[in-house]
Amino acid sequence: MTDQSAQNKTTLKLISVVFGMFVFGFALVPLYDIYCQVTGANGKTGGAYVASETLEIDEDRLVTVQFLANNNANMPWEFRPSVRTLKVVPGKIYDTTFYASNIARATMTAQAIPSVAPFHAAEYFHKTECFCFEKQQLAAGEQIDMPLRFIIDPHLPATVQTLTLSYTLFDVTELAASGAAE
Amino acid sequence: MSAVIENHHDDHHHGPDKGLMRWVLTTNHKDIGTLYLWFSFAMFLVGGCMALVIRAELFQPGLQLVVPEFFNQMTTMHGLIMVFGAVMPAFVGLANWLVPMMIGAPDMALPRMNNYSFWILPFAFGMLLSTLFMEGGAPNFGWTFYAPLSTEYAPPSVTFFIFAVHLMGISSIMGSINVVVTILNLRAPGMRLMDMPLFVWTWLITAYLLIAVMPVLAGVVTMMLMDIHFGTAFFNAGGGGDPVLFQHVFWFFGHPEVYIMILPAFGVVSAIIPTFARKKLFGYDSMVYATASIAFLSFIVWAHHMFTVGMPIAGELYFMYATMLIAVPTGVKVFNWVATMWQGSMTFETPMLFAIAFVILFTIGGLSGLMLAIVPADFQYHDTYFVVAHFHYVLVPGSIFSIMAAAYYWLPKWTGNMYDETLGKTHFWLSFVGVNVTFFPQHFIGLAGMPRRYPDYALQFADWNMVSSMGAFLFGFSQLLFLFIVIKCIRGGKQATDEVWDGAEGLEWTVASPAPYHTFSTPPALPERSMA
Repeated sequence: MTDQSAQNKTTLKLISVVFGMFVFGFALVPLYDIYCQVTGANGKTGGAYVASETLEIDEDRLVTVQFLANNNANMPWEFRPSVRTLKVVPGKIYDTTFYASNIARATMTAQAIPSVAPFHAAEYFHKTECFCFEKQQLAAGEQIDMPLRFIIDPHLPATVQTLTLSYTLFDVTELAASGAAE
Repeated sequence: MSAVIENHHDDHHHGPDKGLMRWVLTTNHKDIGTLYLWFSFAMFLVGGCMALVIRAELFQPGLQLVVPEFFNQMTTMHGLIMVFGAVMPAFVGLANWLVPMMIGAPDMALPRMNNYSFWILPFAFGMLLSTLFMEGGAPNFGWTFYAPLSTEYAPPSVTFFIFAVHLMGISSIMGSINVVVTILNLRAPGMRLMDMPLFVWTWLITAYLLIAVMPVLAGVVTMMLMDIHFGTAFFNAGGGGDPVLFQHVFWFFGHPEVYIMILPAFGVVSAIIPTFARKKLFGYDSMVYATASIAFLSFIVWAHHMFTVGMPIAGELYFMYATMLIAVPTGVKVFNWVATMWQGSMTFETPMLFAIAFVILFTIGGLSGLMLAIVPADFQYHDTYFVVAHFHYVLVPGSIFSIMAAAYYWLPKWTGNMYDETLGKTHFWLSFVGVNVTFFPQHFIGLAGMPRRYPDYALQFADWNMVSSMGAFLFGFSQLLFLFIVIKCIRGGKQATDEVWDGAEGLEWTVASPAPYHTFSTPPALPERSMA
């Protein structure tokens, strides 16, 4: 009556599309990360910076860098920058710290997530050392000054005179525990 | 006429079984279509009751009837049930009934799978509705279930929600595969793709959209499941994920999804308007190409739902212009419908009234969509009642009016009886007034700044909210009249002729009324290129 094999062929093709799209949904995750890294969208900064060229120091230019510290919901720690603003010369290395104190009654693990505004300046903000590269574990009542060492790239567009580096501190105690268990 | 059917029945021993098991085990496309339509109507009433809870609470400022937590569950469940339980199954039901009859096929290509796709749905929605009685309540994070609201801050019932979405997805995917295989393989000999009625065309394209995006929805809820239970961090910023990623993946599914709910409506209206204008559809080819263009564009505009997340300006410009481009093929369609009516000898039976209301009100919804596409304006409109007004205009007098138009238009073919025209027109006018009184004022309160999804509001929004709530109750209760009309029509009424409408064209009008249990067991001989 009807060509059964033609039907089966269409059905199989469509099922393979379904599986393909399911995989594509998951492929969007790394694709999104790559897209954000390339374009600096979302204000995401990269990992530890390794100088690929000697950066020229532009003594005539001063850029204001503002530091912000936020707690994510339900994160009890005290968290603030030691210095709120720095006037920096592009190309030079600067050091600063962020203060954190665990005022909760238990040991907690935290992760700081950085974000730079304006977004298109994110790729010019180089961190050679940052507490955000690893999780911070503090016992109850413990406090710490967490180091940050950075360079502003001299290629930073001239229109950008102020940069804001904002950290949000997340409670990842559970996540770290389940990660350790694996 | 019934004698003929009886003979047919005796010859083949292929009549419907008796009793409940007929419906459980059926593989007949007409039975399954009927099941889908009744299921969707039941869900329409359930989701409608939730809408009335929302509107009753919003009748006056302040908190009167429900606690805010329950209000959030109502907005969430209303959206989920109307999208996945009412509109989508209704169109699948229409496809089941009509696609085989329109292309001269004896049944759907994969009848057993057809049975499974339907019978998954009651379980999916049973599970979803059961969350209302669970500790912590039903999902309360909005139908778009943005992370981390739906992961870290979700009630425990979210896991049931995730599995319910998986089941709905499987059901839709199986249903769509069935539609595509049927259309591509079972057309009557000699029927080319460009000879198919537009309803079949729009469903073919819709089915492809479903096959492409439902797996992505399954993927995104699977990621949520893993974040909640298995310690991954797809959407948890603290673990290196990104909540904005959720919105991207969700809307990559979500935007095609809104066209899934409107393209079959275009097909229905393109069948009804020519009949009652007694003219051929103007611009058949351009209708097909416009539908295909809309489907293609739906994949590349998703981020217009999230202009306010902080996107690079280039991204905002791109998504703005791409979105506005959709107005071109949509405009072609509206033009064609109007041109079909132009100088036609029109009559205004109930299906035609719903179809004309569709054209007008859907266009209003489309225009407010264009306003929302403008990035700087969207920053003000985002998450206000203006957005609510916009998508309800395209979904209620859009999709749902077209489903009602389809029900009135094909009911005589399905039941063999004419529905009560006076009651039908009454139902239309009550719905038409109700829908506009409900949703038009929401444009005003939205532009004035009232945010969506809150159980309370500032005093200056009180008057229009009260008007909107009164309209909602008028619209809601007039749907009981629809139920009455359908039941009355099934139980009896003026005997329908085979052609039913004197301007109707298409293979489904060549079979008896009511349509026999089996049609086109031998492929029909096509009338000379009448479909083209």
